[in-house]
Amino acid sequence: MAETHSLQDLRQPAVSSKVFVQRDYGSGTISKFQTKFPSELESRLDKQQFDETIQTLNNLYAEAEKLGGKSYLEGCLACLTAYTIFLCMETHYEKVLKKISRYIKDQNEKIYAPRGLLLTDPIERGLRVVEITIYEDRSIGSGR
Amino acid sequence: MKNCEYQQIDPRALSVSPMSAQNRAEMKAQRSRRKWEVFPGKNRFFCDGRIIVARQSGVLPLTLGLIVVTCGLFFAFDCPFLVEHLTVFIPVIGGVLFLFAVISLLRTSFTDPGILPRATPEEAADIEKQIDTSGSSTYRPPPRTKEILINQQVVKLKYCFTCKMFRPPRTSHCSLCDNCVERFDHHCPWVGNCVGKRNYRFFYSFIISLSFLTSFIFGCVVTHITLRSQEGKSLIQLVICFFSIWSILGLSGFHTYLVASNLTTNEDIKGSWSSKRCTEESGNPYSYNNIITNCCVTLCGPMPPSLIDRRGFVPLVEASPAASATEIELSCDVVRLPPPPPPPPPPPQVEWPTCSTSICFFISNLLPLCMKTNGSAQVF
Repeated sequence: MAETHSLQDLRQPAVSSKVFVQRDYGSGTISKFQTKFPSELESRLDKQQFDETIQTLNNLYAEAEKLGGKSYLEGCLACLTAYTIFLCMETHYEKVLKKISRYIKDQNEKIYAPRGLLLTDPIERGLRVVEITIYEDRSIGSGR
Repeated sequence: MKNCEYQQIDPRALSVSPMSAQNRAEMKAQRSRRKWEVFPGKNRFFCDGRIIVARQSGVLPLTLGLIVVTCGLFFAFDCPFLVEHLTVFIPVIGGVLFLFAVISLLRTSFTDPGILPRATPEEAADIEKQIDTSGSSTYRPPPRTKEILINQQVVKLKYCFTCKMFRPPRTSHCSLCDNCVERFDHHCPWVGNCVGKRNYRFFYSFIISLSFLTSFIFGCVVTHITLRSQEGKSLIQLVICFFSIWSILGLSGFHTYLVASNLTTNEDIKGSWSSKRCTEESGNPYSYNNIITNCCVTLCGPMPPSLIDRRGFVPLVEASPAASATEIELSCDVVRLPPPPPPPPPPPQVEWPTCSTSICFFISNLLPLCMKTNGSAQVF
């Protein structure tokens, strides 16, 4: 955990800009994000890493919204109990959302934070966008 | 590789700049606010954000009252006679249907219908930047529509001036609640809430269980009256009541058709996917072209989460000059949006103000009961 510094010593990185990866509605209303690589990230991130992150997110959302025996069973059971079961049971979607949250935290720690970027969980933006915050480059040399 | 320039960004570990006691107290007061307290839409919240209703929920007590009074009279006046002459299961079935209808109604009314949170100022600025690609020096207001392809079909996405974003497909802005709602069906004054993606299945089970309940009660009352008296006058009024139940059954039938075609009331009324526009059989790009699949998807599909996070805490905006870089809500003076043009007049709101539905429910169920309690001499 970072120790506290005085304001002068800390040199907190300021937000340089934010990039928004929009939703891809080509397949309907399912949660899916565009894989187009934003030009603002070219100097910070590999296209492949970005692609991998977005594709994994898309796959996780597809898993959450998957129509199959399990989701139908959950739906039927909920209907029979007059939907009161939702009050005490965690739905499959919520379980996958937790998984997505862990994945984003993991990606931030391993890939994005070392490059001065921060992924925001799309659920905090109403599943509209994947927000990537770009922090100012305070390095003296490029040192890569 | 230099490892000190890019710090591990952890919002929780950011140092707290030295603040005055007053600022700290302000922050403490701010800390206790939940998101529902600063929600921009016209909704009301109860139980610390757990329950959400539209601002005008005035007719919901009437709906509940009608159901409770009708069932109360049924249990009080018809059940004793029918239990004696027929079977004890009559009040049991009636009780189960009543509970199912009331629980579904309450779930429809108190659930977030699928409200989309409004765009943050940075998002709104980004959208404007993306669409203003012509490079012209004069300010041009953002175009109101954007066309996309969904399953090889062109769909127009509209820009919402209130929520500052392009609405996703099937989303509509409810002017009564002042929110964009996903898979917007209609705003129902009888349940006091919008009907959208998250509570459509509750609404559908409410109207189906209500249909069964009214038909069941009506049937029992008819049986009761028939067993007690054979008067011709009663029979004529019963026939009138019989036809009035059809409005509830009609509503259930209409929504069954919508569920089977994967349509919303909004789309059906506006004729978005009517056959005259398309050469294919079904112009609806969201339909699975299979009745069973459409039904399963709409009614038994995965339950989407609430996107507005009512009970989450509002992130703090620090008063210190070196504002925290990871705050989600940056101060708004950083983003200067040009004044938006006046929004277009809202399209006619799709509501379901069928007074006839509740009046018919009232007539169909209470009249036969009143006729019995008042004896044989009836004046209507």
